[in-house]
Amino acid sequence: MTTQTSTQAPGTPARPRTAAPNRRGRRLAILGLLGPFTLLFAATIALPIFYALYESLTGVERSGPLGRGTTSTIFVGLSNFADALSDEAFVASLGRVLLFAVVQVPVMIVLATALALMLDAASARGVRFFRSAYFLPYGIPGVIASLLWGFLYTPGLSPVVDLAQAVGLQADFLGADNVLWSIANIVTWQYAGYNMLVIIAQLKSIDPDLFEAASIDGASAWQVVTRIKLPLIRPAIVLTTVFTIIGTLQLFGEPLILRPLTGSITSTYTPNLAAYNEAFANNNYNLAAAESVLLALVACAFSFGFLKLVNRSEK
Amino acid sequence: MTADTDVATADSPAAGNRDPRRRTSASAPSATSRILLTAGLAVAAIYFLFPVYWLVIAATKSRDDLFGTSGVTLSDPQLLTNLRAVVEYNGGIFGRWALNSLLYSGVGAVVATVLSIAAGYCLAKFTFRGREALFNVFLAGVMIPGTALALPLFLLFSRLGLVNTYWAVLLPALVSPFGAYLGRIYATAAVPDSLLEAARLDGAGEFRIFATIVLRLMAPAAVTVLLFQFIGIWNNFFLPLIMLSDPDLYPMTLGLFSWNSVTDRAPELYTAVIAGALLSVVPLMIAIVSLQRFWRAGLTEGSVKG
Repeated sequence: MTTQTSTQAPGTPARPRTAAPNRRGRRLAILGLLGPFTLLFAATIALPIFYALYESLTGVERSGPLGRGTTSTIFVGLSNFADALSDEAFVASLGRVLLFAVVQVPVMIVLATALALMLDAASARGVRFFRSAYFLPYGIPGVIASLLWGFLYTPGLSPVVDLAQAVGLQADFLGADNVLWSIANIVTWQYAGYNMLVIIAQLKSIDPDLFEAASIDGASAWQVVTRIKLPLIRPAIVLTTVFTIIGTLQLFGEPLILRPLTGSITSTYTPNLAAYNEAFANNNYNLAAAESVLLALVACAFSFGFLKLVNRSEK
Repeated sequence: MTADTDVATADSPAAGNRDPRRRTSASAPSATSRILLTAGLAVAAIYFLFPVYWLVIAATKSRDDLFGTSGVTLSDPQLLTNLRAVVEYNGGIFGRWALNSLLYSGVGAVVATVLSIAAGYCLAKFTFRGREALFNVFLAGVMIPGTALALPLFLLFSRLGLVNTYWAVLLPALVSPFGAYLGRIYATAAVPDSLLEAARLDGAGEFRIFATIVLRLMAPAAVTVLLFQFIGIWNNFFLPLIMLSDPDLYPMTLGLFSWNSVTDRAPELYTAVIAGALLSVVPLMIAIVSLQRFWRAGLTEGSVKG
């Protein structure tokens, strides 16, 4: 096929003649290949973002007696954002997910990295089984995972609570101080194996010659891990960390599902819950939109901040 | 591993003669560390598998046994009774939810894969003004989580009258920015220009080239996108929760959630929620484990080269 191309290429008269329809064909192809995706992207991702921004900058003004007359949309500047940020419950929810992220993200990434390195070092037998076992929870929907762990946290139903009591421990997974970390456990359980798989993929791409050279130089297994493997899987670790940060700040389903089991989860426990509550319980779409935008901005700031930190320490 | 060692011996016979075992110390750990390693892996496996084990055991129990007996041992198993109760409850609504889940995930994943792979290929192999800008916009889309978009989508869709229809959940599922990103990276590496040029000289149209040559060359990337999108839609909860109010349109996740939230009024649903959870989890677990290698292949392309 390549020979065919090269024999035709040198200044054949066929080329310029086909050039005009070819260009139109290419333009059509670009439209056809890229068009549908771009349209849907615009409709379901770009447009909602702009719409959220618009909603967050406007408010509803009611006129007439007792505000029952006509309603009209007015531009209110940043007052929805001011309202959101002066709402103690919302600010507390932001603080809560940030605390959650600061603890849960490192724990999960360390666990995922450790599992990946252990699997990499283990002999071939059993590796497949273990890898599948760790990855399995990723296939369980968050709702089901939360229901499942909810049962495992409930005294009277849970063998874990029974076991703790048998050993003399008072396990109160749903108490006010613990419930955030019980949620962290659900998230870790679900996604550690997935992150492990990303890291394993990068481990597999390391040039085997490096290990060869290291073993000839008499490096210990630990030295191979710290001097070769860890530095080389750094991009995968950074990538999984950024996505985990974005994900954890969006916490919603887990607290919503655990809520009936405990009195410690309020309707504004996380920013997403607060926005949901604002939109559907209070019917204040404008404030809800402002809260969504604020959350997206915080997530953005944190993931870019982390990337920047990583890049600086690399230099 | 063994092959590597052989090569090393051939390359440096002196080192090999001196102490053939020492050299493999980096790759083959000692007996004690191997035992420790296996023990660590086993403990982790217990952590990840125990809830699933509990689910399987709990799904076999009657309501009295569920609360009255230990959660780790079988007692008077009646799995089939429980499963039948789930399937028959409320005129067989669970089956409808399963079909809905399959519809949302199946149609969504297939369409999203074809569209995003086409877009990625186009971004890789055609040059036009604004290409990089467009790619960067799509890339930003990868970073935006679905839950952040759900509320604005609801506001938008309620203006358009799409709320509480199949389209409300299906339309957003048709787009995979990650797919376009992976598609571009993969097409750059796996679709040779010479092949495209040859096909064009043979008179093949661009769409035929895409359908017959490109899609086949990009199959590994397409499978990865398909799997991610399928799982993503299947597991999605926030979007259906706010978009749908008619139980006939619910996917399984939302359906089980709705059952679970009324268990205080209808305690017979406890066993139904547990058995239903088992039913909804099993097919996906099988798929996850058996399709693992596709997963890793795609991740290598996507995360490592990117």
